[in-house]
Amino acid sequence: MNFLAITRRAIVIGAFLAVAPLSTANAFEPGNTECIAPANAGGGWDFTCRQVAKTLQDLKLVPGTMQVTNLAGGGGGVAYAEVINKRNDDNNLIVAASSATSTRLAQGAYPGNDMTQVRWLASVGADYGVIAVAKDSDINTLPELLAKIKADPTSISVAGGSAVGGWDHLKVLLAAKKGGIDDVRTIKYVAFDGGGEAVTQLLAGSVQAFTGDASEAKGFVDSGDIKVIAVLAPERLSGDFASFPTAKEQGIDVIGANWRGFYVPGGMSDDAYNYWVDAVGKVYDSQEWKDVMASNGLAPLNLRGNDFQAFVKESVDSIQALSKEIGLIK
Amino acid sequence: MDSLQSLADGFAIALTWQNLGLALIGCFLGTIIGALPGLGPSNGVAILIPLAFSLGLPATPALILLTSVYYGAMYGGRISSILLNIPGDEPALMTTLDGYPMARKGQAGEALAISGIASFVGAFFATWGLVFLAPQLVKVALLFGPAEYFALFTLAFATLGGIASRNQAKAAFAAALGLAIAMIGVDGQTGVPRFTFGEVHFYDGIDFLVAIVGLFALSEVFIFLEHGGKGDAKGETKVKLGRITPPASMLRETSGSMARGTLLGFIAGVLPGAGASLGSFIAYSFEKRLKDRNGTFGKGDPRGVAAPEAGNNAAAGGALVPMLALGVPGSGTTAVLLAMLLALNITPGPLLFQNNPDVVWGLIAALFIGNFMLLAMNIPMVGLFVRLLLIPPRYLMPAVAMISFVGIYGISGSTFDLMVMIAFGVGGWVLRKLDVPLVPVIMGVLLGDQMEKNLRRALTISDGDISTLFASPLSIGLWTLAIVGFILPLIVGRYFRPKLADTAKNEPNIGD
Repeated sequence: MNFLAITRRAIVIGAFLAVAPLSTANAFEPGNTECIAPANAGGGWDFTCRQVAKTLQDLKLVPGTMQVTNLAGGGGGVAYAEVINKRNDDNNLIVAASSATSTRLAQGAYPGNDMTQVRWLASVGADYGVIAVAKDSDINTLPELLAKIKADPTSISVAGGSAVGGWDHLKVLLAAKKGGIDDVRTIKYVAFDGGGEAVTQLLAGSVQAFTGDASEAKGFVDSGDIKVIAVLAPERLSGDFASFPTAKEQGIDVIGANWRGFYVPGGMSDDAYNYWVDAVGKVYDSQEWKDVMASNGLAPLNLRGNDFQAFVKESVDSIQALSKEIGLIK
Repeated sequence: MDSLQSLADGFAIALTWQNLGLALIGCFLGTIIGALPGLGPSNGVAILIPLAFSLGLPATPALILLTSVYYGAMYGGRISSILLNIPGDEPALMTTLDGYPMARKGQAGEALAISGIASFVGAFFATWGLVFLAPQLVKVALLFGPAEYFALFTLAFATLGGIASRNQAKAAFAAALGLAIAMIGVDGQTGVPRFTFGEVHFYDGIDFLVAIVGLFALSEVFIFLEHGGKGDAKGETKVKLGRITPPASMLRETSGSMARGTLLGFIAGVLPGAGASLGSFIAYSFEKRLKDRNGTFGKGDPRGVAAPEAGNNAAAGGALVPMLALGVPGSGTTAVLLAMLLALNITPGPLLFQNNPDVVWGLIAALFIGNFMLLAMNIPMVGLFVRLLLIPPRYLMPAVAMISFVGIYGISGSTFDLMVMIAFGVGGWVLRKLDVPLVPVIMGVLLGDQMEKNLRRALTISDGDISTLFASPLSIGLWTLAIVGFILPLIVGRYFRPKLADTAKNEPNIGD
């Protein structure tokens, strides 16, 4: 082997070395991927992480398995702060989020953090809001309910599974505003620990109306114990909920979608971001995911990348305005 | 009988090698998880959910595995309560009161055997209760509105003095401390953070597992350290194994306690949100009220072991009723199980018994089988568990500290929780130095949040009219019981004052 050959080889290797980092920078290759569920095992965020992680694996969109980590605390605020402070440039991380995340961001419930500190990835579906009464109630439509509240706000207690100022509460207030109730603060909202408990109290007669998500109400709708008077969706849902009118049909133009989706660290590279938008998009388009949505009462909500970013921004802004109006924040 | 026919079908599902094997594994793991301080049924089940998923188990076997862990943990919790005076999980708290004194009297073997049998009785009859009463009991749960819940929790606190007993003022102080701790976090009715000092980790409140492990396990370690590592109360007392089979007279004596504990525990379990802790709590205090004529409770009375153990195991069965029939968890663990059901694409609720009979009845049959497995595991193996006590404290205490840290970190993955746990450990040590009972603190932390929420829900619904709290016959009944339960010991106490003073000297440090 002469000197020239060695040199030529060295140049070839050198060229490879020079190109290699460039090529990985151009096309992001996922490594040890992770999904953070900002709550304990069993909640909605945990469900989102696990189901999407499983589908990503089944479709071979990530190498090996995707690790699901539960990082509970502060209603998602602990995970949010952790991502911003410690994992800001992690390209292999996605974090489950929902309307609860944007609601808390809007109300400043994650101290010192706001929605611009992370990148919003995509939605994987939505759980539309429903307003229901007990099956033997004399109220049959949403306008009837709102008229009763308007006439005597103390006569109707509305139960929901989220805290005051939470999404279940805000849905009713949005509907009431559109329905002509000016001072929405007069509406009596009673917070329970989850939709199941709230429906139980509706059946027990302690409260007169229920606000929650379609999936929470599903079991009780099937059994005929509750009467759904309005679905807060742009059009009628499919399946079991097809017979229930939307609020819009009844002249009250309000949509309340509890979306599920993901955010990623704010310092994630554009390549990695695009990769994840594409991967989660493929999950959304798969038959497997359609089955998951159908069996869990999730309705379509397909927003990716910049569209999703804009959607979250808009909902944060509107929740902020409403929360100020009811005096929840200053 | 429809139920019996369905149950027979359920046994056909449960009696496969795979399901039997899963039940066996679940029972064994559950007993260990229950016995380890800090690891309770809810986090035990939560830890095993990923396992069930990665094994690719279908709904029924997965549920069989996890509910076996649940039942197993209810059995296992008593072991460390009796041997170490540290409740293995929060429902086993009451078992420390008489179980540990029994162990110190050299009756560790008897205490474990009696509590094992009581656990079996409680779980066995509660599972029958689940079979027959599930559809009917759904209606009882509906009688409980916010006002009734508030009355129920008031009852729990009114009778607290009787348990914590030797100094009512210190017990009241401890309960108030617990209630104050329960207020930390975002207030659900207004969304305002309370006592969080702007710290996001406090927004969800204090996890009672962190509080329990800190107050009980770590403070034990601190006491040990304080004594220069030479030996604390436990080290001084040589624990004698005693006999592993309880004498027939003891069985006869405790059979009534088991029956009452089972009934009360089952009812407490069925009520959503109350759970096993309230079950064992009510079972113990009721038993003490009813049977403690000679002041033997708290000093190692077998009935004080049998009643709460029957109570917490029956509550575990009872808690499955609203979970399966209403989709409303009756306890923390059933909340985790509920999440598991949802993840398996099964919608719990009024129609579960109709739509997924194979899941429900296969599960119930597996509970019966698992219960027999647990009895077999927990009686002959009692000797093995008693040997735990022969480990010198200088080895045991570091292990307790290690398990506490690993267990708590394993739940949340949060170093902040570890700090909180250490703070509770130091707090627990101070309280024990001041002779303030720890049980009311934990009861306050455990029940305070629900009690406050229900009071405020009731008042929101009634527009601030306090009379709503006494509006239904059920709540009036509960209030009456609460008042009687509070006043009676004050009057009766006069006659027993010398005896009480006597108790104070003999009662162990923590078990009050």
